[in-house]
Amino acid sequence: MTFDNLQEYNGLWVFVEQGDGKPARVSLELLGKGRTLADKLGVVVTAILIGQNVTEMAEELIFYGADRVIIADDPIAKDYRTEINTDIIFEQVLKEKPEILLIGATCIGRDLAPRLSARLNTGCTADCTELDIDKEMRLIVATKPFFGRDLMADIICPFHRPQMVTVRAGVMELKDKDRKREGELIYIDVNLKKEDTKVKVLETIRSVSDSISLEEADKVVAAGMGVGNKEGFEMVKELAKLLGAQVGATSLPVDEGWISDDKKIGQTGKTIRPKLYIGCGVSGAIQHSAGMINSELIIAINTNPKADIFNFADYGIIGDVNQIVPALIKELRIVKG
Amino acid sequence: MDIVVCIKQVPETTDIGWDPKTGTLIREGVGGILNPNDKNALEAALQLREQHGGLITALSMGPPQAEDALREALSMGVDKAILLNDRLFAGSDTLSTSYALSLAIKKIPSFDLILCGKESWDAMTAQVGPQLSELLNLPQLTYATEITVNRNSVKIKQKLEDGFRILEASFPALITVEKEINQPRIPPMDSIMEAYRDKEVQVWTAEDLVKDKKHFGLKGSPTQSRKVYSKKVQKGKVTILEGEPDEVAGRLIQTLKQKGLL
Repeated sequence: MTFDNLQEYNGLWVFVEQGDGKPARVSLELLGKGRTLADKLGVVVTAILIGQNVTEMAEELIFYGADRVIIADDPIAKDYRTEINTDIIFEQVLKEKPEILLIGATCIGRDLAPRLSARLNTGCTADCTELDIDKEMRLIVATKPFFGRDLMADIICPFHRPQMVTVRAGVMELKDKDRKREGELIYIDVNLKKEDTKVKVLETIRSVSDSISLEEADKVVAAGMGVGNKEGFEMVKELAKLLGAQVGATSLPVDEGWISDDKKIGQTGKTIRPKLYIGCGVSGAIQHSAGMINSELIIAINTNPKADIFNFADYGIIGDVNQIVPALIKELRIVKG
Repeated sequence: MDIVVCIKQVPETTDIGWDPKTGTLIREGVGGILNPNDKNALEAALQLREQHGGLITALSMGPPQAEDALREALSMGVDKAILLNDRLFAGSDTLSTSYALSLAIKKIPSFDLILCGKESWDAMTAQVGPQLSELLNLPQLTYATEITVNRNSVKIKQKLEDGFRILEASFPALITVEKEINQPRIPPMDSIMEAYRDKEVQVWTAEDLVKDKKHFGLKGSPTQSRKVYSKKVQKGKVTILEGEPDEVAGRLIQTLKQKGLL
């Protein structure tokens, strides 16, 4: 079943994930990107914000690019629940008919977006790395890495609306906020009862993290298989510590158990865009580079002068990580006194 | 406790081709393996059957060779195996895949739980589980690292970025599992032999599912690949620092200092 009223759909929406009294960073990144896309189409950007006591965040969303914020502020929406969020967004989409809906590919976003797409009978392209507008066709073109090799695919959703897209955190740039921006706040009633929901949230357990997340780090030192062994990996950690950087890795050190899964960078892990990235014994295969190619300054240390990473690094050192990293540590200790 | 486990055969190598006309992967002729994360779903189902009894059906959609993934599920110990196979299913995106699976599940006489792996390692969208729950109007319990079944309800420990949640739902429900939920069993050789020799894999076609077949496959998929292309990431010319380790280390640190990164 395709849609025969495509021209009735208008405007770009961003689902705003929130927690701890603030919007998720990925939602703000998407507002910035959404603003650019909406300007190409000449349409309005609407943020949809769901939760309890979330109204205070609305202004912030306008500063980041929204023209309108639809707010569902209700005790029943306190905890994210698939059904409640799907019900609320579904009803609003039917009413207002946006042509595009962007959702952050977080755990919650990846739980919500497909459920919503099935209810709306529309397409949802997951984990896109670039978004653009085809003005002639009035379509969003969602680019994502394709399975294997160095393949990219441009995905479109020509005959169903809204065109849904998810994007991982860190893929889009966080734009500066513009405090002069103004917008409209729209409050909606939530006509759902607790008894209506089939899934209950019995408990929420937060894990305390002592480090800044990789996505938010200014500096990242990443280890690949070239570090050789656990001792080599420990040296990389020491280097990161001296630089005030976070440590990440390609998938092999994670598989070896030298570092936890949440520090993996790449297609199956985190996407980062730090000011400084240093790859130690990293070859730069697409599985990893897809997650770090947007780093501002890329430094590569690798024994193989033909390694892919030298194709996109800014500075390269051809040599053994186990000689270069100790030399860097020694030099840093001197510089830092 | 009757359980349906949805599984997928994925290419065993990342070095596979694509059809420039449809922009979809060419799966025929490429060796396939059972998606690793789906083995966790199978293992979880087998453990639940050990505790609570019941029947496990493994369900897959794919080309004829996807039968091998179902044979592997049979060798692990599932009771029944169904393959949805029809040329009409070719080129399905996640929604039309979920649609076909949902129709098949509606034909399975009884189920209390549907288990899926969180995601496949080829496409990694993690969409089929949630879409299937919607199409079957079921409670959706994603990212499970633990499953506890009580008389009238099921609880899971849900893994999120910053911690966990305990979710509860009544039956029937759909659960997607994380890889850390268990260590899938490795079937002994005689079970594998038995799975190939004595067990049946039922094959259902589009005709078996529904009369109106226009929602299947490429034509029934809302999303389309417009273009598939090779993209070698090329940022620009790299400056190679040469010399002895101490020398290059010194120059690199100076460079970082100049750029205000220290």
